[in-house]
Amino acid sequence: MKEHIIEFKNISKSFGDKCILNDVSLNVKKGEFLTILGPSGCGKTTLLRLLAGFGSPDSGEILINGENITDFPPHLRPVNTVFQRYALFPHLDVYENIAFGLKLQKMPTDAIDKRVRNVLKMVSLTDYEDRDVESLSGGQQQRVAIARAIANQPKVLLLDEPLAALDLKMRKDMQIELKEMHKKLGITFVYVTHDQEEALTLSDTIIVMNEGKIQQIGTPTDIYNEPQNAFVADFIGESNILNGKMIKDKLVEFVGHEFECVDEGFGENVDVDVVVRPEDIYIMNKVEGAQLTAKVKSCTFKGVHYEMFVDTDKGYELMIQDYNAFEPDSEVGLLIRPADIQVMHKERTCNTFEGEMVDETHVKFLYETFECLPQSGFAAGDKVKVEVAFSKIDLIDHPEDGMLSGDVYFLLYKGDHYHLTIMTDDGDHIWVDTNDIWDKGDLVGINIAPQDIKIVKCND
Amino acid sequence: MTKRSTWALPYAIFLVFFVALPLCLIIFYAFQDGAGNFTLDNFTKFFTDADAIGTFALSLEVAIENTAICILLGYPAAWILANKKLNKSAVTIVLFILPMWINALMRTLATAELFHMLGIQLGKGTLLIGMVYDYLPFMIYPIYNILNKMDKSYAEAAADLGATPWQVFWKVQVPLSMPGVISGVMMVFMPTVSTFAISEFLTNNKIKLFGTIIQENINSSMWNYGAALSLVMLVIIGITSLLQDNKKEDVSGGIV
Repeated sequence: MKEHIIEFKNISKSFGDKCILNDVSLNVKKGEFLTILGPSGCGKTTLLRLLAGFGSPDSGEILINGENITDFPPHLRPVNTVFQRYALFPHLDVYENIAFGLKLQKMPTDAIDKRVRNVLKMVSLTDYEDRDVESLSGGQQQRVAIARAIANQPKVLLLDEPLAALDLKMRKDMQIELKEMHKKLGITFVYVTHDQEEALTLSDTIIVMNEGKIQQIGTPTDIYNEPQNAFVADFIGESNILNGKMIKDKLVEFVGHEFECVDEGFGENVDVDVVVRPEDIYIMNKVEGAQLTAKVKSCTFKGVHYEMFVDTDKGYELMIQDYNAFEPDSEVGLLIRPADIQVMHKERTCNTFEGEMVDETHVKFLYETFECLPQSGFAAGDKVKVEVAFSKIDLIDHPEDGMLSGDVYFLLYKGDHYHLTIMTDDGDHIWVDTNDIWDKGDLVGINIAPQDIKIVKCND
Repeated sequence: MTKRSTWALPYAIFLVFFVALPLCLIIFYAFQDGAGNFTLDNFTKFFTDADAIGTFALSLEVAIENTAICILLGYPAAWILANKKLNKSAVTIVLFILPMWINALMRTLATAELFHMLGIQLGKGTLLIGMVYDYLPFMIYPIYNILNKMDKSYAEAAADLGATPWQVFWKVQVPLSMPGVISGVMMVFMPTVSTFAISEFLTNNKIKLFGTIIQENINSSMWNYGAALSLVMLVIIGITSLLQDNKKEDVSGGIV
């Protein structure tokens, strides 16, 4: 068990009303390459900035080497950062940029000289000392920024989407170099990116974040092969995410068929999410011996493989990747191996809101008063739990015609329907199952019919 | 004649009549005596006249002092205005810039009246106060502009590399804001060298500046000597603007 160099303990941070980090705790092992991965706005950069000392958490503690540094200003922290836009000082040349931190430490000139030459060699920029930083290409500026950060010999190197501004080819080269640099330096790297491929390539450990919360922590293979929830499965690589039912241990039903799987302990007849990677579905011309049959809808050449969409016999759409092409409209047989089926607990099975009875036929939740069927056993003002099934929420084109309005925040295709996350104007989430096609960012009105509102007594 | 370059014609005419021609006339007159013969007398007269040289030196001194005071007062003011933690409203910026909207002559007259009311003896002190009051916004604004636009990540990078807030300020923010300081200097120093109204009103003509002598000479029809003096001043201003040209950095912070 290696010691932890960085510990985040229950970190929360809000800007105004918006909660950026929600009770985040995590440990970083000494010497590891840790990547914080997530879509923009998930709080990953904020987490990194808190570690560097730009801003302080609303609550929680940050420890480096066991020392509580939560209130330390940036210049006293044993970390250095490679900034997204490099932030090289334009009034200094390459040498002076790299020597900046060393001069502040009052290091003797010949030692500075040696150190600068060393790090320049490490980033393959020997003989660039006297160059003006603004005359350098993006890739070279990137290297100077890395050299400047490692010249101080920090205990932890922080990298904030350092490759985002580079073109694809350069990015690939830099990834390899960063990985080698990490090996050579032996220090801890904390790397922030939204690029899942970059994260899978570089990291020892990946932290997937969304909406200010850690979704999963694991090695790249863990994260890819065993995503813990639908968000992670969707965010990392391509996947088929489907509603399923765990019939009993090692037997799961989805797309209208029963499959053997390797998962246990979910219970019997429990609703689950099922993930099957498109490259894990075996596709063949013969229908005999297949677990299910399907008809090819489209087939696109993607370089290494073909990407096909098929309609299964029970009307679900699946994505399949295979080295062989199958003609559209051809009948194919499909096989899925038990080990390739990833079963996940559903995060929720219906919408649950906290509400309050207004009168017998009205209940207030999400800041609005909704009509409901006549309820007995409740008095006005009673706190209640309101449940609405995903499929019972009406979305309409015109936000002003809905009881509530919001926008489509996240969408997931589940083989035969879309599972949408709607962010209301008040910042609440509503989950909706629908066959209609919406796009991310669409403004929608939200209505709920009285008969679809289920009211449950609060336990407390 | 539908070429786009013809659109520039009005500007060309303007430049010829209001810039090139007067400049040529100044040079033309400066090298002539009263009868219209070529001569260098106007310049020898200036460089051998202790009084004129004295005034010239005093003008430079006042201009340098004024500029220095404006930097000392204006830089911190601009820094505070540009700092979002210290200044949360745009109104304060407008308050600082507001005096620029009022005619300088009127402000100067009002200042003189104020000194008079308070019974303060007019002299070099009042001259400097009046000048600083007139020119301070011209120093604050370009510096504020450049500080306000400066990428915050430079300061963060410096702090990250171990610089204390004081070191961040001196080693990163000050050098990076130099273009703003230089345009401020241009906008303060050059007009102060040539000003004459301020010294007239705020010292009751006790202190004469270079601008005053030029004005007096031209008013008393000594066109040739006046032109020579103007040429000397142009050269000084020309030298100051070289200061700016040497810096290749973006000085877009300059114009209001």
